[in-house]
Amino acid sequence: MALLRRLVSSSSSSSSSSALLRPILTSPLSRPFSSDQTLTIETSVPFTGHKIEPPSRSVDTSPAELLSFFRDMSLMRRMEIAADSLYKAKLIRGFCHLYDGQEAAAVGMEAAITKKDSIITAYRDHCTFLARGGTLVEAFAELMGRRNGCSDGKGGSMHFYKKDARFYGGHGIVGAQVPLGCGVAFAHKYLKEGAVTFALYGDGAANQGQLFEALNISALWDLPVILICENNHYGMGTAEWRAAKSPAYYKRGDYVPGLKVDGMDVLAVKQACKFAKEHALANGPIILEMDTYRYHGHSMSDPGSTYRTRDEISGVRQERDPIERVRKLILAHELATASELKDTEKEVRKEVDDAIAQAKESPMPDPSELFTNVYVKGFGVESFGADRKEVKAVLP
Amino acid sequence: MSTIFRVLGRRVSIGKRSFSTSGEAEKLPREGKNLVNLFTAINQALHIALETDPRAYVFGEDVSFGGVFRCTTGLADRFGRDRVFNTPLCEQGIAGFAIGLAAMDNRAIAEIQFADYIYPAFDQIVNEAAKFRYRSGNQFNCGGLTIRSPYGAVGHGGHYHSQSPESFFCHVPGLKVVIPRSPRQAKGLLLASIRDPNPVIFFEPKWLYRLAVEEVPEEDYMLPLSEAEVIRKGSDITLVGWGAQLSILEQACEEAAKEGISCELIDLKTLIPWDKETVEASVKKTGRLIVSHEAPVTGGFGAEISASIIERCFLRLEAPVARICGLDTPFPLVFEPFYMPTKNKILDAIRATVNY
Repeated sequence: MALLRRLVSSSSSSSSSSALLRPILTSPLSRPFSSDQTLTIETSVPFTGHKIEPPSRSVDTSPAELLSFFRDMSLMRRMEIAADSLYKAKLIRGFCHLYDGQEAAAVGMEAAITKKDSIITAYRDHCTFLARGGTLVEAFAELMGRRNGCSDGKGGSMHFYKKDARFYGGHGIVGAQVPLGCGVAFAHKYLKEGAVTFALYGDGAANQGQLFEALNISALWDLPVILICENNHYGMGTAEWRAAKSPAYYKRGDYVPGLKVDGMDVLAVKQACKFAKEHALANGPIILEMDTYRYHGHSMSDPGSTYRTRDEISGVRQERDPIERVRKLILAHELATASELKDTEKEVRKEVDDAIAQAKESPMPDPSELFTNVYVKGFGVESFGADRKEVKAVLP
Repeated sequence: MSTIFRVLGRRVSIGKRSFSTSGEAEKLPREGKNLVNLFTAINQALHIALETDPRAYVFGEDVSFGGVFRCTTGLADRFGRDRVFNTPLCEQGIAGFAIGLAAMDNRAIAEIQFADYIYPAFDQIVNEAAKFRYRSGNQFNCGGLTIRSPYGAVGHGGHYHSQSPESFFCHVPGLKVVIPRSPRQAKGLLLASIRDPNPVIFFEPKWLYRLAVEEVPEEDYMLPLSEAEVIRKGSDITLVGWGAQLSILEQACEEAAKEGISCELIDLKTLIPWDKETVEASVKKTGRLIVSHEAPVTGGFGAEISASIIERCFLRLEAPVARICGLDTPFPLVFEPFYMPTKNKILDAIRATVNY
């Protein structure tokens, strides 16, 4: 068992980017580390580039980072599974699209960027919200439609937002968020902030016309936007090869360079996002295709097994699960023992359970909230009751 | 033939029969009668449409395995993947493609998976489909176009699975908008819409896909478009609605009857071109009108009905035309029960209008 000295600072010892490695939820590390210990790890597969030289397969990381990856991904996994149970218990209603299996994409991306960079995504947004600094209580409260949710209980599962972390949500209409992301990138460029925007979409959305419109504009004006296609290979129930003539989504940008990344390998994601950020700031848009997988169906109404075999799902779980990969790395490099990792998982489980209990106590929004924020406050639109004379409400 | 609605959530059963939740079965034969729910009725209509016209095609997102609401089950197996096929996720593409197909004298039956997603296709429908015959001097037309889409509240749909966009399309001359209230109506109206030589948008109330069960004739039959139906006769007040809202209106009428108010209920069925004569005749009899729909009240189709009826029946009216509709907010998530035009809101309006 390796003896390691106490960690002094939390900055990454290796990367030249401005990324600060802060675990999403601070917890005292159970094991002290050396502040300058760098681990260089090879990604599972090399990157494939389209009109661009791909970055190296060797990723620099640190013990602290790997442990934080493990913790954060376990937290996300636990949150999504808990959301599944809450949905079945009818505490969450409406639609619920779960991200378990894809955690590496959210965590790896966050490790490469700062909170000044913006992220916008579609409806599978619970974990992205968490990665951006959202709390579990806010997430569960929003899912259950309670007042303390991140969108005051008015958005629901598909509409998580966090303005101070530049997380622009949370969108229900497929593909609609990509032009928005390009607009946000334009603002970043205009304000000379040195920040980029990550516009995430799925393989289903990759065939939407508005995506190509946005791509053209971004390329024309050299906007610092990184389009990330989280390719989990199924658009609802339709396999990618049935929906797209060319399922090589990283090449679909044609004149925009692209990179294909193993989305189940958190280090590969981190490397790719770091590389993409540098590229976008210098040269304009780039597409990253994250080859990932979701264990659940499209949403809670979809069993997820009518269009793919259970063998396929369990195969991916065995071979490519992002959390297991990091666990193996940690154990191989003796950064923690198996039982310590199990303890982390237990802590995470408890955290999630506590958050759910807290969220359940939050009340429903006040009925007057039905009328708030339709327009800017004070607009004063009048709304009449059934008798059209006596009862009327002025919208706030 | 009375329509039977199931007991569930906000809906109260007014029929003599109640059904178990084994709505998984596509047919619910009882005592030898052909009792069928809405998605099965629509499925039957589509089978007949494809059978009777070799140049009819059904396509949309996920229709091949049966569709997310099972309306297209069995079609791909029976008619082949050349006639029943999936499209990628691109509503504008689906609409444009359908218009082109229809312009070549085919019957293009396109599905937009939820009416909330129809907006990317709005340009194609409004600018291309509706005006094709007009601008080409009748050389070309896309009359073979029918766009089917589930619309309306479903109890937990939230912002983007509950919208009622019918009034946007009612504003476009050249289109027809048809909304059935029950399985038997749906089958007849859908077949009529498919065979109508004009582009038709057919909105299906998704709440009723499983809940509404009715006897539906197995044969090929059509119900006339642009003809409203008086489904309940009365003498004190006229109520007009369409789609799923009619069952709420019907409940309100029952309750009002207990208070001695005799209500006449009209199902508009076709929103444009709408049957002004039937509604006018009814209002001339009763002198009072209430319109009810799920879409927000401002600019909803109730406004058009109200304005037209006031023009035609001004001196006969005993009270202002009341509109009991969704509120002027985006369709909410947890607040859906407050937003919806419920039975009690309608009852209030009936009383207020009668006692004006």
